[in-house]
Amino acid sequence: MDLTPSDEQRLLRESADRFIHETYTAKLREHNAKEPFGFSEGIWKQFAELGWLALPLPEQHGGIGGGAIEVGILMEAFGRGLVSEPYLSTVVLGAGLVAEHGRDDQKAALLPSVAEGTLRLAFAHAERAARADLARVDTTARQDGDAYVLDGAKVAVLDGAAADQLIVSARLANNGSGSLRLFLVPRDAAGLTLADYPRLGGGRACNLTLQSVRVAAEAMLGGDTDATPAVEAVVDRALAAMSAEAVGMMQTLTDKTLDYTKVRKQFGRPLAANQVIRHRLTDMSVQVDEARSMALRAALKADADAAERGRAASGAKAKIGKGARFVAEQSVQLHGGMGVTDELDVGAYFKRLLAFETLFGGSTHHYRRHAALSGRPV
Amino acid sequence: MDMTFGEAELAFQQEVRDFIAANLTPDMKRAESLNASVFSEPEAGVPWQRALNAKGWGAPGWPVEYGGTGWTPAQRWIFETECAHAGVPSPTPMGVKMVGPVIIGFGSPEQKNYFLPRILSCEDYWCQGYSEPGSGSDLSSLKTRAVRDGDEYVINGTKIWTTHAHNANMMFALVRTSDEPRQQDGISFVLIDMKSPGITIRPILTIGGDHEVNQVFFDDVRIPASNLVGEEGKGWTYGKYLLEFERGSGIASAKLRKALHRAAAFAESDATGRAIEDPDIAIRMSEAEVDIDALEMTELRVLSALQNGQNPGAVSSILKLRTSEIYQAVSRLAVDVIGTDGLYVEPTRPLHRLNAPPAIPEDELAVMPTHLNGRAYTIFGGTSEIQRDIISKLVLGL
Ligand SMILES: Cc1cc2nc3c(=O)[nH]c(=O)nc-3n(C[C@H](O)[C@H](O)[C@H](O)COP(=O)(O)OP(=O)(O)OC[C@H]3O[C@@H](n4cnc5c(N)ncnc54)[C@H](O)[C@@H]3O)c2cc1C
Ligand SMILES: Cc1cc2nc3c(=O)[nH]c(=O)nc-3n(C[C@H](O)[C@H](O)[C@H](O)COP(=O)(O)OP(=O)(O)OC[C@H]3O[C@@H](n4cnc5c(N)ncnc54)[C@H](O)[C@@H]3O)c2cc1C
Repeated sequence: MDLTPSDEQRLLRESADRFIHETYTAKLREHNAKEPFGFSEGIWKQFAELGWLALPLPEQHGGIGGGAIEVGILMEAFGRGLVSEPYLSTVVLGAGLVAEHGRDDQKAALLPSVAEGTLRLAFAHAERAARADLARVDTTARQDGDAYVLDGAKVAVLDGAAADQLIVSARLANNGSGSLRLFLVPRDAAGLTLADYPRLGGGRACNLTLQSVRVAAEAMLGGDTDATPAVEAVVDRALAAMSAEAVGMMQTLTDKTLDYTKVRKQFGRPLAANQVIRHRLTDMSVQVDEARSMALRAALKADADAAERGRAASGAKAKIGKGARFVAEQSVQLHGGMGVTDELDVGAYFKRLLAFETLFGGSTHHYRRHAALSGRPV
Repeated sequence: MDMTFGEAELAFQQEVRDFIAANLTPDMKRAESLNASVFSEPEAGVPWQRALNAKGWGAPGWPVEYGGTGWTPAQRWIFETECAHAGVPSPTPMGVKMVGPVIIGFGSPEQKNYFLPRILSCEDYWCQGYSEPGSGSDLSSLKTRAVRDGDEYVINGTKIWTTHAHNANMMFALVRTSDEPRQQDGISFVLIDMKSPGITIRPILTIGGDHEVNQVFFDDVRIPASNLVGEEGKGWTYGKYLLEFERGSGIASAKLRKALHRAAAFAESDATGRAIEDPDIAIRMSEAEVDIDALEMTELRVLSALQNGQNPGAVSSILKLRTSEIYQAVSRLAVDVIGTDGLYVEPTRPLHRLNAPPAIPEDELAVMPTHLNGRAYTIFGGTSEIQRDIISKLVLGL
């Protein structure tokens, strides 16, 4: 066992931190918010040039062969900068599903383009009735000769409008199994309607409806097998990645609040001179530290067996969700009126952490999953 | 003791219901149901206040001779509960609930005659000029200066976080009129016409996307000396008196209960995948409801003990503390109920002006903005940390 980062990992952290520090300013975020897809194409190209899009993809398909630790290093920096480029949706979820579940011809066709930055993907899975239940999919895929016909509705598809291809989950309708499948659907497919919107904390998302959307049989991702294990594995890795991103945000908020309370004076002394403020800051930094530990644990177990991986991922999401709420709320509170304005970016981090908590289920959902995976009756 | 209503009270309840049915327009109701703030937009709040005033219900808490209703505690409670239940607008409290009691308590006969009717009718729309960039929690360090010049005061300085300054034509403000060893002793309470030359207003957007607060700059602004309330140098006493009304006036539990009912309705709808079936959500609903029950009982105890116009004292800090915390817990619960629909950002403000269908169910639109806006509840009117300081001093004697 060795928890010290390798030289490559150290270099990656340095270059990611430097890039975020130098490039990803509040001004850029403001600019990105006005872009049609909520991020900057130029920055996305730079991500490709830096090798970040290729980072976790397999080497035989144009990737670098990194793992969840490397993704976590990038995501933590992204969290510090509130990056809105669709890394999670395209690389972690989209390419992750192709790599985990796709056929060799699909990997060869898609992954090199993701690595080069010329293909974007999004994962259209969540549905209104499902809440955080990954297994609940009502969208159907009906086989019709050489094609499948998809019908249903999806919500909160991250960066769906920016994607060239959507990976849509559906249950087989007419061959009796009800088994889960994933389909590659071009964003401009006939019968597909997107309601695109700006997303809390940056970036965009959409709700979509599928009305008799026809795709060729080859558009089914992978062979004719149930996709549930692949979805669970990839979502667990996404949870690990998001956890690292949350750590970056929590650390930044804690740093900013510490700086502010040392400088802002009321009653003739710095806010931080009050014990109640000092203890609050201490609790925030303890939360950040625990979050860091859980994000690392989720990354290290990202390729473990399903139960161990799931317990680490859900444990991280649950614990970091609670910690993130505390850190975000206290950061706003300790900034007083300034904390609730759009003039400081404390509020922007607050909102992004709220989005983190909401995506893929909140803390109680994940404690419940953790309990179930641990054999506790829930 | 008992909590049931007698016949007279039931008749009054019916009168309130009839009044609401006759005066709450669909536009007001929609504006209020899509209102993310604790205060309504003037376009809903003003007509509602005028309807109340026409009925003689413009300022239930005032002494009867100035236009109060003389209601019993039970009547006040019935009135607030019915209003909250029906979803009526919440006019800003700056007139009726804040400057009104100060003018009644400390104003000159001329000020009473002139301003009180205009408060009741919303002819004047008030804002509160207390906080400054350097003086938030430490309010008595305020620096905005008023210098006497003949029959006028000349005001220089700046106020910040001024709610609805952009809607207001009048401001009541705390200003420094002299430098005293104890800084509280150099503060005076003045009334400022917002159209006076030398006033500029800078809007401040808050994290929910609302324009509610502002920074106000005073550059040689002249006001008549007759706009001083009470005595020069006594402003701190009047201002604190007012803050007790700001913190502990009215019956917040009824509104909290309404907010909880709305969250429960979302949780029972298919739009949220029937979130109520999640035992965590159901338990948190009960936790919030019990908190509201406790708050309501405290409010009723206070209401029974107080006579009209009496000053609420330290319990106002307890009510403000708990109300703000429960408000945030309920708004947070609603956010968790609507799940990923909370990710949807609607930039239109006010929300009721939206005329295209949003990507989420329309009645959920205000849920996330309400939560974001509500983070300010533990900050404005004195932060929770400051309320705890006050309680520790006044209640615990520390
Ligand atoms: C089971 C047990 C085993 C122990 N074993 C040992 C041992 O082996 N050797 C040994 O030397 N001692 C031992 N102790 C003593 C222990 O270290 C002291 O009890 C401890 O340091 C607290 O001191 P006190 O009991 O005098 O409480 P106090 O210091 O009087 O504190 C009372 C309360 O006030 C709080 N408080 C005090 N000062 C502040 C401040 N400035 N700000 C905020 N809060 C404050 C404390 O946190 C505490 O909650 C033991 C105690 C226990 C209970
Ligand atoms: C939405 C909104 C509307 C408002 N409307 C108005 C208005 O209409 N008119 C008006 O005059 N003002 C208004 N305010 C201002 C409000 O009253 C102040 O924001 C508040 O008093 C806090 O002051 P501050 O923002 O300067 O924070 P600070 O005083 O700088 O406080 C920052 C943090 O430090 C904490 N803190 C400060 N001192 C201590 C201490 N001694 N011990 C422990 N903790 C401490 C505070 O609790 C807070 O968490 C409004 C504010 C908001 C957010």
